[in-house]
Amino acid sequence: MRKAAAALFLREWRIARRIGGGAAIGLVFFLILVTLIPFAVGPDQRLLGRIGPAVLWIAGLLATLLGVDRLFQSDDEDGSLDLLVHGRLPLELVVLVKCAAHWLASALPLVAASPLFGLMLALDGKALGLVAASLAVGTPALTLIGAIGASLTVSLRRGGLLLAIIALPLTIPVLIFGVAAASAASGGAAPFAPPFLALCALTLAAVAGAPFAAAWALRLARG
Amino acid sequence: MRLRADHIAIERSGRRLFSELSFELQSGQALAVRGPNGAGKTSLLRAVAGLLPLVEGALSLEGGDEEAPLGEQTHYLGHADALKGALSARENLAFWAAMLAPAGTLIGGKAPMSVPAALDRVGLSHAIDLPVQALSAGQKRRVALARLLLAWRPLWLLDEPLTALDQAAQQRLHEILREHLAAGGLIVAATHAPLDLETSRELRLEAAP
Repeated sequence: MRKAAAALFLREWRIARRIGGGAAIGLVFFLILVTLIPFAVGPDQRLLGRIGPAVLWIAGLLATLLGVDRLFQSDDEDGSLDLLVHGRLPLELVVLVKCAAHWLASALPLVAASPLFGLMLALDGKALGLVAASLAVGTPALTLIGAIGASLTVSLRRGGLLLAIIALPLTIPVLIFGVAAASAASGGAAPFAPPFLALCALTLAAVAGAPFAAAWALRLARG
Repeated sequence: MRLRADHIAIERSGRRLFSELSFELQSGQALAVRGPNGAGKTSLLRAVAGLLPLVEGALSLEGGDEEAPLGEQTHYLGHADALKGALSARENLAFWAAMLAPAGTLIGGKAPMSVPAALDRVGLSHAIDLPVQALSAGQKRRVALARLLLAWRPLWLLDEPLTALDQAAQQRLHEILREHLAAGGLIVAATHAPLDLETSRELRLEAAP
């Protein structure tokens, strides 16, 4: 079973990294969103510094969900999903491994780039660290919530928009605690630890629950 | 080993495709499912593979693995080839070899082939490191066929297996099918073209009203 999981991870990773895999698109999208904000709100550095963590989180949220819609759809179209249902791995583990590979290929680069992009929003050193830490802990939950939406919209041709409508409301708790933890150093209302721990709890709950929800939806879509 | 379908009925989007369908298939036998477009050939294969729920009746593989569901003892070759265009034939097949290997102990059958051996068997060893999107439709189909050789599963469900294959490749496919039957396997194939197998029986589905 471990061999099958490793093989699936390797396959997903390779597809994401090859041309047309879409892993780099999220990063470029993230950069564009962050670049647009100063044009919209003006070059007031104090204002930018205050809303910076929230901007980075919103951009990270949208960039993470970008591309999740293809998580199961491409496997559905080429017939792989039919075989994965009767493969060696339980479908719940298939979902978890696919999410892990997707997160590593497309969300982790966002986390790594967020301090750099934070500089463009005039964040100071400590705030940069907090944003990166909160994104690192929070984005797995976003990917997993996106996977639930992706499994529900797997057989719809234009499922991407529907996915956003289904998944975005579910990400609100993650966003609240993520921004609260990230803005602790830049005039936030709360200290760092409580919202950060709540964010950890949300991610752990998503790891425990989302694979079952997504696998259930995928099985329904087969019938 | 014996595949039994007992008065099964299947519906698609609320439309009854057929009901009261019964058949039996012994080890070493092939069943060619014939019928006009829309008669439910693909749906029948998907139902046997466990991908479509039965409305009535039951399917069982007697003498198979009691623990595993029917779907995990079958190889399903559908219309789609289940290959990723960005990956090479070797990468695609190595993935399926790890994914489809049976969890329990093997019950009879042939030893699984390695990826290069399986590709050689379908005559594509020269294309092993090419990305699948660079292959023609017939070559992709042959890579998909090589997948069936990577893990022993007694029941093969083939949906139009001859599609896009040239004469030589069809010949080769028949050899592979005969070997599978000789090793005690079972084959259910939905096909318009006749299957050239000695132990082949035929099941005709009529067009649904």
